[in-house]
Amino acid sequence: MLDFPRWKVTSIIAFIVALMLLAVPSFFPEEQTAKWPIPHPRVNLGLDLAGGSYLLLEADTKDLANSRLEQMREQVLTEMRRTTPRIGIGDISIRGGKLSFMVRDASQVDAARERLLGITGSGAGMTGQRQWDVEVVDTSRFVLTPTQAGLNEAITTAMGDATEVVRRRIDELGTKEPTIIQQGSDRIVVQVPGLQDPQALKDLLGKTAKLEFKMVDMNADPAELAKGNAPIGDEIVPYPGNPMGVPVIAVKRSTIISGDQLIDARQAFEPQTNAPIVDITFDGEGGKRFAKVTQENTGKQFAMILDNQVISAPSINEPILGGKAMISGSFTVDSANELAIALRSGKLPVALKVIEEHTVGPDLGQDSIHAGILASAIAATAVIVFMLVTYGRFGIYADLAVTINIFVILGVMALLNATLTLPGIAGFVLTIGTAVDANVLINERIREERHRGRSVVQSVELGYKEASRTIFEANVTHAIAGFIMLILGSGPIKGFAIVLLIGIATSVFTAVTFTRMMVAIWLRRNRPSEIHI
Amino acid sequence: MRLLKLVPDDTNIDFVRLRHAAFVITTLLTIAAVAVVFARGLNMGVDFVGGLMIEEKFEAPPPLDEVRRSIERLDVGEATLQQFGDPRTVSIRLPVPDSTDEGATNAVVEKVEKALAAEFPGATFSRYSTVSGKVSGELVNHGILAVVLAVLAIGLFAIFRFEWQFGISTVVAIVHDVLMTMGFFALFREWLVFDLNIVAAVLTIIGYSINDKIVIDDRIRENMRRYRKMDMRQIVNLSVNETLPRTVMTSLTILLALAALLIFGGHVLRGFTAAMILGVIVGTYSSIYVSSSLLITLGLRAEPPADKPGPAPSNAERVGPRSGS
Repeated sequence: MLDFPRWKVTSIIAFIVALMLLAVPSFFPEEQTAKWPIPHPRVNLGLDLAGGSYLLLEADTKDLANSRLEQMREQVLTEMRRTTPRIGIGDISIRGGKLSFMVRDASQVDAARERLLGITGSGAGMTGQRQWDVEVVDTSRFVLTPTQAGLNEAITTAMGDATEVVRRRIDELGTKEPTIIQQGSDRIVVQVPGLQDPQALKDLLGKTAKLEFKMVDMNADPAELAKGNAPIGDEIVPYPGNPMGVPVIAVKRSTIISGDQLIDARQAFEPQTNAPIVDITFDGEGGKRFAKVTQENTGKQFAMILDNQVISAPSINEPILGGKAMISGSFTVDSANELAIALRSGKLPVALKVIEEHTVGPDLGQDSIHAGILASAIAATAVIVFMLVTYGRFGIYADLAVTINIFVILGVMALLNATLTLPGIAGFVLTIGTAVDANVLINERIREERHRGRSVVQSVELGYKEASRTIFEANVTHAIAGFIMLILGSGPIKGFAIVLLIGIATSVFTAVTFTRMMVAIWLRRNRPSEIHI
Repeated sequence: MRLLKLVPDDTNIDFVRLRHAAFVITTLLTIAAVAVVFARGLNMGVDFVGGLMIEEKFEAPPPLDEVRRSIERLDVGEATLQQFGDPRTVSIRLPVPDSTDEGATNAVVEKVEKALAAEFPGATFSRYSTVSGKVSGELVNHGILAVVLAVLAIGLFAIFRFEWQFGISTVVAIVHDVLMTMGFFALFREWLVFDLNIVAAVLTIIGYSINDKIVIDDRIRENMRRYRKMDMRQIVNLSVNETLPRTVMTSLTILLALAALLIFGGHVLRGFTAAMILGVIVGTYSSIYVSSSLLITLGLRAEPPADKPGPAPSNAERVGPRSGS
């Protein structure tokens, strides 16, 4: 037990020094460490210390389900039209989460079914379940019901894309080290440290940025539109800035061009009025289409629809060739820029809303860091003095172990790229306390054995041996609580649990192995006949 | 150098003799704690009830009434104001606006910010949180689940490593600790907010308390092997006395560290630290008067089955009377 060959001493010290070295970069400002030629892992500061915003976003899955139905309606229409001979359908409607339509000629039901099976896809991911159930009721009416498996798959895909889009949008804001992680099936956690204006972030994330260009139905009667009656084949879209007086406008259902075909969007100024606008550039396909449509419809109006709201409805004065267009509306420079970012980063496949937010101002973060450091320093000093006066030499060993332990924890945290939060600092303080407990257990046991009349060496040996078992058991139970916090906890609980768990692991090493080595070396060198403990 | 000894050698305090009285008092206190929780309720933070919390820092300690009035004028729902430690910092709690519109919550935060900054020059927000009802419900469930799972897992571990009586007594003691902490928070609800941080504190208290109990349980088990014929009451007494120096030493060290955190750690951590301090005291008490004493009541026998293999056979060599007692 007290036998420490040289190689063992060397490796223990090397191990400790290595872990402590890992903590060093965290004590220097980031600008400085960035230039270091060697790897420099850092402990990240949590938002409560660094200041910043935490946002929990949730996808509107209902909205996603609806847009899937809409898409399917479009698909069905195109598919039936494309078939030769053309399959005539009618009475197409979406009701109760289902899409239904009639096939006019009953003899075409089988052909229609075949077509439908093609587009409703059998391969819903790995489960192999269908995306949609296709039923025929009343001989010629088809009912398409989205299956749960299909919907889940759509959500998964949409969330993957949405996370990407959110990441791109936040990167555009130019903040440092944002964290964007998908959580569960329909949530995204966004953490942006040091953000000055969380409002801008939320405005940006709130935009779906679904951009569509559709033709305006010039023949629609504004009075009828105001009542909510759309001409056949049209839909009514809100248009707050409509010069016709009514805040709505009728557009053709089919999209002539969509935001997917964008390759760039920039904030700019209208040459004549100097008003802020957004310049957009289409890809080759989109540009061609745009040119064709504007050629065919010169003199008519088209609508630019963003997130289901018309921003502007310009008249086509001449064919627009070259794949460039501009979106004008009542923009400010900031809102035009935001829209440009949103358009550049692509549309969000599903609407996201903020369901939880925590924002910490930079001042409070600074105050918390100072308070935390002060409290930890005072706590450590108090504990160190207390151990020293109680256990003498053995107290010094314990103190050394505690001090080393603090740096080792920081080192391990840096290595794991863990985040230090305010509750984490509390975890530190508590770890100082519990790490000392291990030494208290050992030292009290040595005292006890010594008191029972055992020799110095025997007492020390038994002290470590008996106490180690207790320490092991106590730490395992402590770790159980820690793991449960880590798994189930959110936010502050997690930050605390990380420090606690690392602390449990490292404190066993420093408080038991390291002090035992120190005591063993001392015993071997001095062979004391009496110990003060 | 004379070393500090907080507990004299060979104490022989008859802890066990008081156990019946202690049971009655403990039970009454626990019932009282539960009653207080029900009667006064906990001052739940926005984490658990949903809503909006804005913490505002003022240049000078503001008159709360005026702050309240200026918020009431905004018509954003009923505000709950609270001052923590630092009199210049005021926490304002508001209900989440009753609207599906995403911008509504932001609008409220902005409104309050503007109004306060106009009326109290130099006022800035330190932090704000908004939690929707859906999330807060999940946080409550997760918090409860975490605490329950922790207690059960630890109880199972104690049963697995020791005897079933240890498991039961430990779980009872921990439930007592948790209830007492909640009672404490209900009693001082004017000063202490029960939020996610406190759940972390409760879990830590559970961890600490179990730590303390395992140390004594471990000693009881050791002494049961050593003194096979000894009466259980004596064994518990002996074990508690033997571990007393450690119990006092560790509790004091942790309390020292926590006191530093309470005084210097800033107001954000205050509730957490207060909970921890109470927990350490309650946990230490329950180690002696709930879990250890309960072992006797549960009929733990000093004589384990002869063929039961012990995890620490080395104890055999140490059979002998304890010197000096």
